[in-house]
Amino acid sequence: MAASSESTAKQGGFRAWLNKRLPVDEFVASQLTGYFAPKNFNIWYFFGSLALLVFVIQILSGIFLTMHYKPSELMAFDSVEYIMREVEWGWLIRYMHSTGASFFFIMVYLHMFRAMIYGSYREPRELLWILGMLLYLALMAEAFMGYVLPWGNMSYWGAQVIVNLFGTIPVVGPAIVEWIRGDYGIADSTLNRFFALHVIAVPFAIAFLILMHLVALRQTGSNNPDGIEIKKNLGADGKPVDGIPFHPYYTIKDLVGVGVFLIFFCGVLFFVPTFGGLFLEKPNFEPANALSTPEHIAPVWYFTAFYAMLRAVPDQQMGALLMLLAIVVLFFLPWLDRSPVKSIRYKGILSKIALTLFVIAFIVLSYLGLQPANDLYVILARVFTAVYFAFFILMPWYTRIEKTKPAPERVTYHG
Amino acid sequence: MVKAMRHSIFTAALALTLAFGSSAEAASGPGGAWTQWSAGNDVSNIASLQRGASNFMGYCAGCHSIKYMRYSRMAEDLKIPEAQLESLLLLPGSKKNDYITTALSAADGEAWFGKAPPDLSLITRSKGSDYVYQFLKTFYADPKSTNGTNNLALPGTAMPHVLSSLQGVQTAKFSEGEHVHWESFELVEPGQLSPEAYDDFVRDTVNFLEYVGEPAKAKRQSLGVWVILFLLLFTGLAYLLKKEYWKDVK
Repeated sequence: MAASSESTAKQGGFRAWLNKRLPVDEFVASQLTGYFAPKNFNIWYFFGSLALLVFVIQILSGIFLTMHYKPSELMAFDSVEYIMREVEWGWLIRYMHSTGASFFFIMVYLHMFRAMIYGSYREPRELLWILGMLLYLALMAEAFMGYVLPWGNMSYWGAQVIVNLFGTIPVVGPAIVEWIRGDYGIADSTLNRFFALHVIAVPFAIAFLILMHLVALRQTGSNNPDGIEIKKNLGADGKPVDGIPFHPYYTIKDLVGVGVFLIFFCGVLFFVPTFGGLFLEKPNFEPANALSTPEHIAPVWYFTAFYAMLRAVPDQQMGALLMLLAIVVLFFLPWLDRSPVKSIRYKGILSKIALTLFVIAFIVLSYLGLQPANDLYVILARVFTAVYFAFFILMPWYTRIEKTKPAPERVTYHG
Repeated sequence: MVKAMRHSIFTAALALTLAFGSSAEAASGPGGAWTQWSAGNDVSNIASLQRGASNFMGYCAGCHSIKYMRYSRMAEDLKIPEAQLESLLLLPGSKKNDYITTALSAADGEAWFGKAPPDLSLITRSKGSDYVYQFLKTFYADPKSTNGTNNLALPGTAMPHVLSSLQGVQTAKFSEGEHVHWESFELVEPGQLSPEAYDDFVRDTVNFLEYVGEPAKAKRQSLGVWVILFLLLFTGLAYLLKKEYWKDVK
């Protein structure tokens, strides 16, 4: 930190006073201006910082929602309508939060896909990937509990279905379900504790995991579309030849990403906030009613791929296990991939076909999970569940036998 | 090639955002052509909303509440002068800052109709505006029903056709055979309104209910245009800034 201590020495007044007590300049130098990222990031590298932006949007809009929302069985639904109608700009805050929930998952899914195409989970970034997966799990819990809070009929019945999944655990299942609900059914106590977890516990865990994710990223440095290590090629000044300071280069580039993102985000928020019933489901505009089940219960779109897997298995216990496995298997990705190269650019045809089929399977399963479970859909769900798992199970085999291209020495640009 | 791919991803995402959002809303269940009838209303049309409010207060509010809506908010948004609100729209015993409730108690409603008339604040959000439009247009005379009428959109509905004085009485023709489906309506007894005028009456009423479902909707959309314009400008400037910073890199 020669540069920063030099500049600190030259400073006088408040800045010197501050830096003597709090290493602000040193922090900026080590984390931003002195942190080198590969020069060849493409469009896929926007989604990490955008996921962080959505997190900030959710926290800020969430704080204001909390000021007006009432976590009680009797008042929750009315208080949401009160926010939509009588709170100044309440509709904007609420739509920000509901649109943010879906966009959080869109950003995270694209971010995960980026890691999959460029092998960002490979050594030495295995822990970075695992921390990311933990973030994904925390986000799922956060989204589920948040969805229950408006206390609409789909909130109620969705909670019923998801919480009952824990009932399939042998022996202790029913006791766990009762413990989660705090009652014999989804009730006021459930709503109240989900509120506590949604506004304090899980966001806190998410913030901590984001911090760990970023610290781990600083340690290994970013991967890049070529999947090569820029730290292996240092210039005379000891800096990576293919690297560029994160600030100002990527902070300013990310600003463009933020602009484009906000155009999509606000496009949905201001013109199609319910997104045709995908982001805000129609039955959720009816208050929770234990006596009237919605025509067909489906979770929000970001869970439907796993929901389709659950329904594809006739036995509920096995279905729940399969659903769990579908997420657990992602944790093992760093060790399933045996390819000599990281990036899809240099992998062979088998990897490319496998990844394409995987993406198709995930999208088709997401669609099927939204539809009523008729015979054809169940058969399709089984086929694509098999494709989903085959992608992982066969990975050690197809990544090893295929013919790969050599990865380049220096990063390349594809526009 | 990557450029082309990037372009197509963007186009696809944009198309998805705009098209999917609206098309999914139009989807409806199985049935005859009436399930395709669209309300074609517009919540930024204040005159239509004013007529709808008057229709609702005159024909619906006797039994149905819109309990999340205040008279005063309605008057403000719909540009209804206070004198008119008080003389024409306020239900007896209501003050202008009250919520629009109904004099019919749930218990009476259940005793008289077999089911308490539901609150309609969010009916267009939970069922859609087109559904309400279809419901109000598909009442038909049915001697087998307890109140003499039935409905295609909500078969066996407990609600009598309260608008029959306006629409008249229509009978429904169904196909013969195994799978019975609706074929057409025939107006056997004309009402006070022509079919076109009744259509407008229903459209205005549905429009008002859509407004009640989300009072901020018109404001949301008109504000949204400015937000997007600002963001386009912001993104353009950010792009130029990025280009300036990155011009020496490579």
